[in-house]
Amino acid sequence: MFPTPIEKTSRPWQLTYQGLLPLALIMWLLPLIAVAIFSVKPAADFTTGNYWGAPSSFEGIANYMAVFTQSDMPRYLLNSFLITIPTVVGCIVLSSMTGFALGIYRFKSNLLIFFMFVAGNFVPFQILMIPVRDLTLNLGLYDTKMGLVLFHIAFQTGFCTLFMRNFIRALPFELIEAARVEGIAEWRIYWFVVLPLMKPALAAMAVLVFTFIWNDYFWAVVLTQGPSAQPVTAGITSFNAQFGVAYHMLSAGSIVAALPPVAMFFLMQKHFIAGLTLGAVK
Amino acid sequence: MTVATVPDMNPPRRKSFYKRNEIALTPWLFLAPGILFFAIYVIIPIFQSFNLSLYAWDGLGEARYVGIANYQELMTDRAFEVSLWNNVKWLAFYLLAIPAGLFIALFLNQTVVGIRLYKSLFFFPFVISQVVVGLVFAWFYNPSFGLLNTILGWVGLGPINVLGDPTMVTYGIIAAGLWPQTAYCMILYLTGLNAVDPEQIEAGRLDGAKGFRMLWHIILPQLKPATFICFVVTIIGALRSFDLISIMTNGGPFGSSRVLSFYMFEKALSEYGFRMGYGAAIAVVLFLIMLVFIAYFLFSMFREERGH
Repeated sequence: MFPTPIEKTSRPWQLTYQGLLPLALIMWLLPLIAVAIFSVKPAADFTTGNYWGAPSSFEGIANYMAVFTQSDMPRYLLNSFLITIPTVVGCIVLSSMTGFALGIYRFKSNLLIFFMFVAGNFVPFQILMIPVRDLTLNLGLYDTKMGLVLFHIAFQTGFCTLFMRNFIRALPFELIEAARVEGIAEWRIYWFVVLPLMKPALAAMAVLVFTFIWNDYFWAVVLTQGPSAQPVTAGITSFNAQFGVAYHMLSAGSIVAALPPVAMFFLMQKHFIAGLTLGAVK
Repeated sequence: MTVATVPDMNPPRRKSFYKRNEIALTPWLFLAPGILFFAIYVIIPIFQSFNLSLYAWDGLGEARYVGIANYQELMTDRAFEVSLWNNVKWLAFYLLAIPAGLFIALFLNQTVVGIRLYKSLFFFPFVISQVVVGLVFAWFYNPSFGLLNTILGWVGLGPINVLGDPTMVTYGIIAAGLWPQTAYCMILYLTGLNAVDPEQIEAGRLDGAKGFRMLWHIILPQLKPATFICFVVTIIGALRSFDLISIMTNGGPFGSSRVLSFYMFEKALSEYGFRMGYGAAIAVVLFLIMLVFIAYFLFSMFREERGH
């Protein structure tokens, strides 16, 4: 293990390390801690200039209640879920199929198609912006959740295919050969042999895609414009306009908007980290 | 096939076309929906943008063919020059996330009580949307009450208005972007460090290597895959930077924090008028820059594939 395990070092360094850890963490998360403190302060603290002192009273519950009752925030949150969840499902369906095809079969254009997905996944959004916006307008899907979902599914298929294909490549190929010898139809191999083995990879991918899509801002701005379809990342700018310099509300709103992927991360931590590194660093 | 002259009691049923070509056809059936989606929303739009960059179009009326006029205009556009230069800054300074991530990973690569929680909390910034990161840092930099100036005040410095100063603003935004990006690189390195071969470390220790020499000659070569992924995601992240700029400064002050991705959006879709063709030309330039890196990434992956 590198660096030298702490239990093999001198006692003073051990104590220093134990002390440094929480200190470093606080420094690292300082901007977030500040926002968390802001979000439980009463409005009066900001008018009297008490920005960094202790809150004069604890208004956390009132502030967060106000986020949910006095703004469009619940609407935006719901939109975010209604955009993110169908996208995750769509990506799983499409990329488990493309990953299966590219991971199991050997045919001439295999690598070419694979690289097309990978390359597409890296292109800057701006090169797609105008045509995709036009397409969405022509389909009558501008400012709808459906318009966003379709695009997100298509774009994330690039990343997800990379992910799935590398995972399937690592499976023991004898399993598939054994199934073929048994005369099992190819689609059954997909459904009964490969798919069950892919469960951990699918979970990892689902968490990742959830985070990516929840946090998307660019496409939300390009393809939607009002509270009827906008997700929370785009909605928070109108929320901010509504509350102006009411920093306690802005902070509470930001925390609410950031929370779902954070919760997802903590619930599925193992999968999340496996997902970030899969296919690359094993 | 010859037809049996004497009819069998159970004639072998002629297999369907699909059954006969199952192995060859199945991958294409499985690929069809994915390729269709990807072609419509990603591949074809790239070519459409290339085409559109040769037109003048306001998004509503008729598009008018103007040849390379949009590109000629880019050559003399000061705002484009500023954006391009800022992209270079982003590329250069965003890469600091890699050594910073490695540093934190080395710091956290221990087995003390509660270290798992520490690692998760250090990773935290990456999970938060860039919109929220932008808001948080905008307050952090706020000249009247921001934490940065409060701290600078304690040591008798400041106040500085990072986001209001054309010379500092881009660096300020990059610093905000480095926060989640460092967390990302950190987690990649932590996983990589887990896989480092302990025997090689022991051998290194016996040879008297320690500290930086150990890191450089024994650990880093084994972390190469992690470094490669860090490099890929950081370059992509630098060239995709949009959210932070839009939230923190909206390109200002006086357009000094624009990058190509933001400038393109501004030209094509914001109140400055709907110049779709000109926007497409900017996007093409950004795409070509990215293409250099994409080609390199694909080349590396290709070598890797061949190796197997």
